[in-house]
Parts: sequence; C-alpha cells; structure tokens
Amino acid sequence: MTENTTGGDVRLTGISKTYGSFTAVHPLDLTVPQGSFFALLGASGCGKTTTLRMIAGLEDPSTGTIFLGDRDVTDLPPYKRPVNTVFQSYALFPHMDISENIAFGLRRRGIKSVKKQVDDMLELVQLGDKARHKPHQLSGGQQQRVAVARALINHPQVLLLDEPLGALDLKLRRQMQLELKRIQTEVGITFVHVTHDQEEAMTMADQVAVMNGGRVEQLGAPADLYENPRTTFVANFLGTSNLIEAEVVETGSGSADVVVTAGGGKLRLPGDRCTDAVRQGGKLLVGVRPEKISLAHADDAGSIADGRNRVTGRIVDSSFIGVSTQYVVNSPAGAELQVYEQNVERDARLRPGAEVVLHWNPAHTFGLDAAQDIDAGVETVEDAA
Amino acid sequence: MSTTLTKEAPGPVEEPILRKPPTRKRLVPYWLLLPGILWLLVFFALPLVYQASTSVQTGSLEEGFQVTWHFQTYVDAFTEYWPQLLRSLLYAGTATLLCLLLGYPLAYLIAFKAGRWRNLLLVLVIAPFFTSFLIRTLAWKTILADDSLVVDALNALHLLDVTSWLGWTEGERVLATPMAVVCGLTYNFLPFMILPLYTSLERIDGRLHEAAQDLYASPATTFRKVTFPLSMPGVVSGTLLTFIPASGDYVNAELLGSTDTKMIGNVIQSQFLRVLDYPTAAALSFILMAIVLLMVTVYIRKAGTEDLV
Repeated sequence: MTENTTGGDVRLTGISKTYGSFTAVHPLDLTVPQGSFFALLGASGCGKTTTLRMIAGLEDPSTGTIFLGDRDVTDLPPYKRPVNTVFQSYALFPHMDISENIAFGLRRRGIKSVKKQVDDMLELVQLGDKARHKPHQLSGGQQQRVAVARALINHPQVLLLDEPLGALDLKLRRQMQLELKRIQTEVGITFVHVTHDQEEAMTMADQVAVMNGGRVEQLGAPADLYENPRTTFVANFLGTSNLIEAEVVETGSGSADVVVTAGGGKLRLPGDRCTDAVRQGGKLLVGVRPEKISLAHADDAGSIADGRNRVTGRIVDSSFIGVSTQYVVNSPAGAELQVYEQNVERDARLRPGAEVVLHWNPAHTFGLDAAQDIDAGVETVEDAA
Repeated sequence: MSTTLTKEAPGPVEEPILRKPPTRKRLVPYWLLLPGILWLLVFFALPLVYQASTSVQTGSLEEGFQVTWHFQTYVDAFTEYWPQLLRSLLYAGTATLLCLLLGYPLAYLIAFKAGRWRNLLLVLVIAPFFTSFLIRTLAWKTILADDSLVVDALNALHLLDVTSWLGWTEGERVLATPMAVVCGLTYNFLPFMILPLYTSLERIDGRLHEAAQDLYASPATTFRKVTFPLSMPGVVSGTLLTFIPASGDYVNAELLGSTDTKMIGNVIQSQFLRVLDYPTAAALSFILMAIVLLMVTVYIRKAGTEDLV
C-alpha cells in the first residue's frame, strides 16, 4: 500500500538548473506531500520560478529527477505531464472565449462533451455569466480566475501557480488568496504556489520552502518558520526580526538556557532554540520578534518582572499605525531595534528621545549563527512591500 | 489579434457629456487630414473618374474620344480577354500560395527562433529592394535560362517531366513558360508576405505556447490551435499585399513569359501604349479592379479578421 502514502507526492531529487555559468537552482531535494498547499517563497531571482517550471516541464533540469508519485517525469514534455500551471500573466488565449479557454485542456485529451464540466468550473470560480466573453473583456481578477479554472478542470495531480496574484491590487489579492485556499480545500489537489510575498505564503500554505540564491534555506509550516528561523535570511524575510550580536558566556547543555552578553547586559535564551554548533561558536546572533517585546519607561524599570531579558535604549522614532505603535529604539546592544506595542494602554511618555527598557520572555528568544550576514533578506522585504 | 473591443462587447458604453472644445481645436484633426485627402483626391480619385469616363468613350486618337456611354466596350473587352484575366488570377493565386508556403516558415523562424540573428535576417529579407525590380527580374532570365544550373538540375532529377506533363513547363525549357512567370511573381512579392507575417507572429506572447503545451497540446496542435489562428491577421494582409499587385503585374510575364503566358496587365499595357485603344484598356482595368475587390471582400469575410496586421 505504499502507493497510497506517496501516491501523489511531488518529489524532486538533486534537481538543479544552470544557464551557462549561472546557477539558477542548486541541487535540491524537495518533497511536496499529496493534497498540500505548498509555497515556494523568495525574492525575485531566487530560483523559485525555475523550480516550478521544471516541475511543469517547461524547463529541463540540468541534473536530478522529478517524480510525480512513483512516476519519473523528468524526460516527459509538458503536454504529457499530469500537471497544470496558472501563469503569472494568466496567458489566456486571446482568440478564444472564456469557455473555450477553459475547455482547451479537455479537448486536447479528446474529451468531446465538455459543456457540463466547463459550466461547473465557471460556477466554481463564479464566472457563470462570462462564458462567451473574450479574455480582454474581463478584469484582472476575473482573468486570474479563468486561468485557475482552465488549469483545474483537467484535475491535474499538481496545480502549479506562478505568482498568480502578482498583477492584482492589494485588496483583490487578499480576496483571491482566500478564494484560492477555498478552492484548494474543495478540490483537494496539491498546489505548489510560487510567491515573493511572505504574507501570502504564510496565510495560504501548509508548508513553505524559503528559497534564497538558488537554495532552499528552510522548509516548514508557516508558524514554525516564523518562530524558529534557522538563518538570518529567513528571520528577516519572514516578517521582521531584531538580531543582536552577542558573546556566549554560558553555553549550557541540552535545553538549559544559554547566557550571552550584548551591549554590557546579559540575555538568556532557551538551549533548544539554538543549535549546538551555534552556541559553541563563542559568538551568536540573538533574535527576537518585535511584537514579543514590551516597552517600559526607564523610570518604571523596577517594576519589570525578574527573569525577563532586558535591553536599555532610547526611542528614536515611533509611528502610530492603528492597532499598534511601532517604535525604533537605539541601544548599546544594537541600533534600530523594532518594537511593536499593541495600542491597549498607551504610555504618553514613550516619545522619541525617551529612555526606555525593552523586556521580553527569554522563551521568545532564538539564537543564530553569527557568521552570517546579519542583514540578509532585509532589503527584499522592503522591495516587496 | 488586437485588444480592441469587438462586437461582443457588453452593452453600449455611455459617453460622458463633454464640454465642447473651442472651434479652433475642433478643426485641428481636419487640418491634419488635409494633405492626405488632397493627395488622395489628386492622385487617386481624379484619375479614377478620368479612367471611368475613358472606359465609356468611343473614337480614335486622330478624331479624338467622346463620352458616348458605350458600355459595350466592357462586354467586348471581357469576351476577348477573359483567358488573360483568368490566367492572371491563376498565376497570382499560385504565387500567393507559394509565397505563403515559403514565407511562413521563414517568418516563424525570424519571430521565434532567430534570437540575435533576428535583425540581420530581417535586413536580408528586405535586401533585394536595394536593387531595381527590373534587374532582379532580368536576373531570373539567366537563372531559368536553358542549360543553366537550375534547369539542368531539374532535368537531371526529371522534375521537368512532371511539370511538363502538368503543363507548367515545355519540354526541357523553363523560361517562357507559366512556371517561370509564377517563379518571378513569387520571388518579387515574397517580402510583402514575410513582413506582415513576421509582425503578426512576433506579437504573439510566447507564454501562450507554454500555456498550450501545459494544457496537453503537442507542438503541432499548439501551432494549429494557437499560433496559426493568432497569426491570421498577418496571413490575411500578407496574401492581400501579394495577390492584389501580383494579379495586375505585367513585368514578370513580359520578361519571363511568352505570348502564351500573357497576363491581364500585359494586355492593359499594350492597349494603352501600343494599340492606343484607351477605352478598352480602361475598361479592362475596371474589370480587374472589380474582380479583385469582390474576391478580397469574400476572402476577408471568410478569414474573419477585423484588423489587418
């Protein structure tokens, strides 16, 4: 019964792609479980689209093998693979109307009576009244749904989505994210979704592979990636992280706390939130998410509970964004630390220039290898935003 | 195909009520149209009217021509010269088909496969225009001459036996046969086929090919269902740009043909310049124009394209 467990998995083994001397994708192994919503996340040029195109058969891998279930499809041309793609630009056929576009795949496989299926599919994407329209008469969001319907009607083993929401405006994008998620749950087909939008990846996917420079940096469930980034790239690319350079004082052992010093103060982090190699290195990067940090005015420092990590500093900037206020704090431990405070009880003293103490539960602290670029993945977030 | 709204567009778009622009601004488009309209009037409309009047005149060069509404000229001209008319359409049609068969693969290659050679290939397509039309056609006289390399090769392969049997060539000769005229026409009008085809093909989004292949269409089916339909505007304008001038051409038949391959263009030319029977020449011109217009209308209706190129 092994084919039931791995029946529809997409397995890439040692897949790589080189163009001349440029390596777009370094040899990677990846398994996408059947029925999952899988996201390939990364900045442009990280190899995510190339990986997707290799699964579709539109790009020949330089090395490696692609399996759909137990079937090796590496050498199959795209039109023989049970895989369909939703293209970034939708690539709807401009000379055919919507229902002809949707029926294209069925007709190519020699299915004559397509009307019922086309109608069902139009219903699924809520475009029943647009069957006789040409693609250019539809809005971007509608074209996008046609592209999804055109791919889904074939009941592919895997649906590949190449930044399908990139051309839509923010509000429509959010709406389509929910829509796609709904459709995926409804049809139960494996979705592989390529995106540069970390929020999109986290809201939609069960599993996210963060790619950088042609490699998979980290793979996991969205919450796991967010809480336990293993590289500075993942820490910075998925949301925002405060990374502080620190010296190890006590390496601890097992799950015992690691104690480090940064900017003259001591910080603790759970032993199981940094690898052995990292804590033995002498130096490490202490990471904490901005929303995990609380802010207290220096005058109230005495009332902070014992056992919390503390960093003193001065507010250099604050911006009110409704649900929260975002502060930028300079401290001896690190410059421009980010703090997000919920707007529950606002302390009027927390203005730029104020002396403050940042404090947080040590359990929310993670440790990263100090040998990495501390700013990896930072700019790309701003580009994408 | 362009992205302009077609007839299926949902409902009429309601025009917002606009303030009338000042008179001077409203006249600008007409001023811009003026040179073109004048040109058209002087060099197209007036000659057309003049020709139309000539075609219903009677008389001779010595006594002068008078408009006598003598429509019999049309009937006489058609009765006498219908073989040449038919031959013109046949030769032009064959040449157009050959141009399409030769030009499409080349245009496809330039549009999709040529890469950095694209511009060079395009220049090569246009390069023959740097030499005079007459010289190039005369060159074909040498190419197709008896015992030339080409004719010898065709003989050796016994291909001329086949074409002779079909009536395209005579014995071991190619020059002064229908095939020579069609070859000349094909050669001379090929660039007019390739260029519109290229523009049409080049505009096709390559991702549509990928999408078709992703949706189970083999390369051949992709061509049949996506590439070719999308290149129809180029096919239509290319065939028109080839067929219309080719059907009125007389140079190829004059230089490469014989008395048995005279096209209607040759008849018109000799009626005008040698026989000096202006009414017959004018009537033949109008008959040709009417036939071509009729064929083109039917063709465009059939091809179903609204926008050319």
